[in-house]
Amino acid sequence: MSDVPRPENSGSNQSQAEASDMLVVSELGVRSQNKTILEEVSFKVKKGTSLAIVGPNGGGKTTLFRALLNLIPYTGMIRWNEEVRMGYVPQSLVSTDLPISVEEFLRFKCKTDFDTCIKSVGLEKDILRQSLRSLSGGELQRILIAWAIVDNPTVLLFDEPTSGVDIGAEEPIYDKVNNLKKEIGITIFLISHNMHVVMHYADYVLALNKRVLFFGDRKSLTHSQLLSIIYGNEFALSEEEHHKE
Amino acid sequence: MEMSSLCQRRSIIRSRRFSLPDTITFGLIVGVFVGSTAGYLGSIMVSKHMALVGDALSHVALPGLALGILFNFNPFIGAFAFLAATVIVTWYLQKSTTLSVEAIIGVLFVLALAIGILITPQVDLLEALFGDVSKITFTDTIITVLVSVSVIFVTKTIYQKLAVSMISKELAIASRIKVERINLIYLFLVAIIVALGIKEVGTLLVGALVIVPAAAAKNISSTLSRYSLMSAIFGLASATSGVILSSYVNLPAGPLVVIVGAAIFAGGVVVSSLSKRLKNQKSMRSTSTAI
Repeated sequence: MSDVPRPENSGSNQSQAEASDMLVVSELGVRSQNKTILEEVSFKVKKGTSLAIVGPNGGGKTTLFRALLNLIPYTGMIRWNEEVRMGYVPQSLVSTDLPISVEEFLRFKCKTDFDTCIKSVGLEKDILRQSLRSLSGGELQRILIAWAIVDNPTVLLFDEPTSGVDIGAEEPIYDKVNNLKKEIGITIFLISHNMHVVMHYADYVLALNKRVLFFGDRKSLTHSQLLSIIYGNEFALSEEEHHKE
Repeated sequence: MEMSSLCQRRSIIRSRRFSLPDTITFGLIVGVFVGSTAGYLGSIMVSKHMALVGDALSHVALPGLALGILFNFNPFIGAFAFLAATVIVTWYLQKSTTLSVEAIIGVLFVLALAIGILITPQVDLLEALFGDVSKITFTDTIITVLVSVSVIFVTKTIYQKLAVSMISKELAIASRIKVERINLIYLFLVAIIVALGIKEVGTLLVGALVIVPAAAAKNISSTLSRYSLMSAIFGLASATSGVILSSYVNLPAGPLVVIVGAAIFAGGVVVSSLSKRLKNQKSMRSTSTAI
């Protein structure tokens, strides 16, 4: 049986914000149609770090993002640093039914000096003429990341950024995200089911299943410890055996 | 002698062709402005999957119109008041319940239609339902021009924000777009243009001015700028052609406007399927050459 570190979210110090904190969440609760989606969720995120949010399906990861974006009603406290400028990369788009080109989509944010703007996010000119609805999953994610970072945000929220992307195309996206953190000190929030990605790219981990199962330094956990926190010991052991085989 | 009578006949034909009665001229001007503005607004409505909302919303104007006729004030004001009230109720219910816009407007629309039919004087009912171009006055025309220009201006200001909020509400909010507020503004703009179009095509058909041109433009557009421009042009073309046709065939303009719009839509479908077929053939040819 693996030793599981205790959650670090207990204690009153979670609600006290410091200048180095990008986000402080305290006693967050979300209910919908008399069902508890999240309760007593507390954690802090320092500027320039990356937090991976993991948990089983229906555990409240996307709801947490929606609360952080102020899209849904909640109880408790969410306090962002005053410098916050948010960039958001959704899992998918609600509607790509609208006939809109990539250029028109990006021009919403790049109002002046479009060419420099496009260069800064590493996009080639030939993709600009394509319609948003004709893009592949990987191309669309690149455009959404470009959209999110083009106006120099201080925080990036990624909701399963590679869910619709081919296996080979995942790594470059995460490398790009990681570079952003290193180069411009951006704070990153990442929802992912991919434990390899979490262990490789995140500084901190928040495991959620309606409540906080674990919050702390990623280095304090092994891969199987993290699996055991989220899915239980049996699943973690069978995964470990599977890897050994 | 024969030559002079021929000249006379030619000039009569020419004058018949190019001079329209004043009322039709007013109808034509209203058609230009209401048609293009409704088409422009419709490009958002069709993409929001709210096409039927535009249609249902138009019927809500009927009780307001009836009150205007009964109490002798401008029916446009009555129609707009009812439309605005519906927009506010819809917006509020959508925010505070889990009901969809379609469901809310669906209920309000049948209720308003029922009340409207009951209180509209029998002699005015046909005109209220299908419009009458000959009743458009100089004042109506001036109001329509000024209001339409303002509606286009406001729509242009919020158009990109509306587009982004349609693509993803979360994306829009994270980009500091006040989604609820711009949705409300947008519904108000639709209400205004529907109220303006009632005299021309009537409450039953005014929704078509918003929906049909945009549906036609969507088939043949790949960029947002082209889509919105084509929607406005198709709206203008169907409204004005309908009015001109009505003066020649002596039929009500409303149904003719809708028929012209539907013909443009059908043309768009044919053009789009032909161009798709051509593209497929081209790509097949290039693949076989490569092999």
